Amino acid sequence: MNNDLINYTLHLADNSLILGQRNSEWCGHGPVLEQDIAITNISLDLIGQARNFYQYAALLRKDGSTEDSLAYLRTEREYKNCLLTEQPNGDWAQTILRQFFFSSYQYLLYQQLQTGEDKQLAAIAEKSLKEATYHLRWSSEWVIRLGDGTEESHDRMLKAADELWRYTGEMFIAADYEKKTGIDIAALKEPWQKRVKEIFNEATLPYPEKIFMQEGGKQGKHTEHLGYILSQLQYMQRAYPGCEW
Amino acid sequence: MTNSAIDKKTLYAYLDEIKDPEVPVLSIIDLGIVRDIVMHDDEIEVIITPTYTGCPAMDMIAMNIRMMLATLGFKKQKVTTILSPAWTTDWMSEEGKRKLKEYGIAPPNPKQHVCNEKLFADAEAVQCPHCDSYHTHRISEFGSTACKALYQCDDCKEPFDYFKCH
Repeated sequence: MNNDLINYTLHLADNSLILGQRNSEWCGHGPVLEQDIAITNISLDLIGQARNFYQYAALLRKDGSTEDSLAYLRTEREYKNCLLTEQPNGDWAQTILRQFFFSSYQYLLYQQLQTGEDKQLAAIAEKSLKEATYHLRWSSEWVIRLGDGTEESHDRMLKAADELWRYTGEMFIAADYEKKTGIDIAALKEPWQKRVKEIFNEATLPYPEKIFMQEGGKQGKHTEHLGYILSQLQYMQRAYPGCEW
Repeated sequence: MTNSAIDKKTLYAYLDEIKDPEVPVLSIIDLGIVRDIVMHDDEIEVIITPTYTGCPAMDMIAMNIRMMLATLGFKKQKVTTILSPAWTTDWMSEEGKRKLKEYGIAPPNPKQHVCNEKLFADAEAVQCPHCDSYHTHRISEFGSTACKALYQCDDCKEPFDYFKCH
């Protein structure tokens, strides 16, 4: 059971860290200054959440791990983030849609988690929910703005949906370590779909058709992209073990 | 060994000297970050709560608290972070709000605007800290730090930071 809790906490941490790392790639490259600041602020929130989860996981492991060793010294196969979070930024449409799909999920998940059995996870969720709500609102507005914008922005949203939809199914399939958390992750699927339908409708985007869904991220089987993310994220600790600022 | 000559009230006054490194007019007491001070037999514990999850100032604040306690003669000190109940701008002192405005940052409105998911909501009526006009508009929901949004005054035309409700 404790192992499950550790793995579950790492899964939550990895989701936030990897999406935060991805968003941070926009730093200095945003389409306009205000949105550059917005996406990097979201990145900061996510990395902050990841720190809380890693600190808790380190405490549970009782093996001398720290938040830093968990982030910097685990390999691809040990990372348990959902495949969606590691997908490339692509253009602004793809980044926005990835954030919207994930924030809609995280918003529902944290609502459940904050009343869950584990007090520390509940506290982290309660704290992070305020930020997730902000991210959800911001990304929903952007999906509508782009989908119902120009022909060009509409097309790019369609392409982004094509690219990302296959990675959304996995979020609602419980990994072994998720089964004893008291949260029915499959039950979040319906409210998630309802929100996506509403926002897509508003954005004049067709709701994506049923297709084959990729999975494996929660079990450490990732797309080719995660290795590149980790090689950048972990470079300093790999090249100069134990280095500190 | 604890420094028993100092009572809690005096300790709060000392902690009031520690400023938020990103908004240096506000003390950690003004912000409502310090939740409690507990005197154990041989140790003093200060319990704090972060404003924003990713706020990089929190590590520095915790270090400054430990240094302050050491200066006061407490040899064993601990800074504990608790997350629940989650920090809210409602905990900011009135004095803190006054100081923020003087510094040129619009203080948070009491309303919990951020906590709902309503889209394209009308921006809150935020008062310009420079000319007091309510004739202002939001430029961006995100600002120079996690705790701020960017506004501009339509009367005096000055852009300004708003300490967003949280």
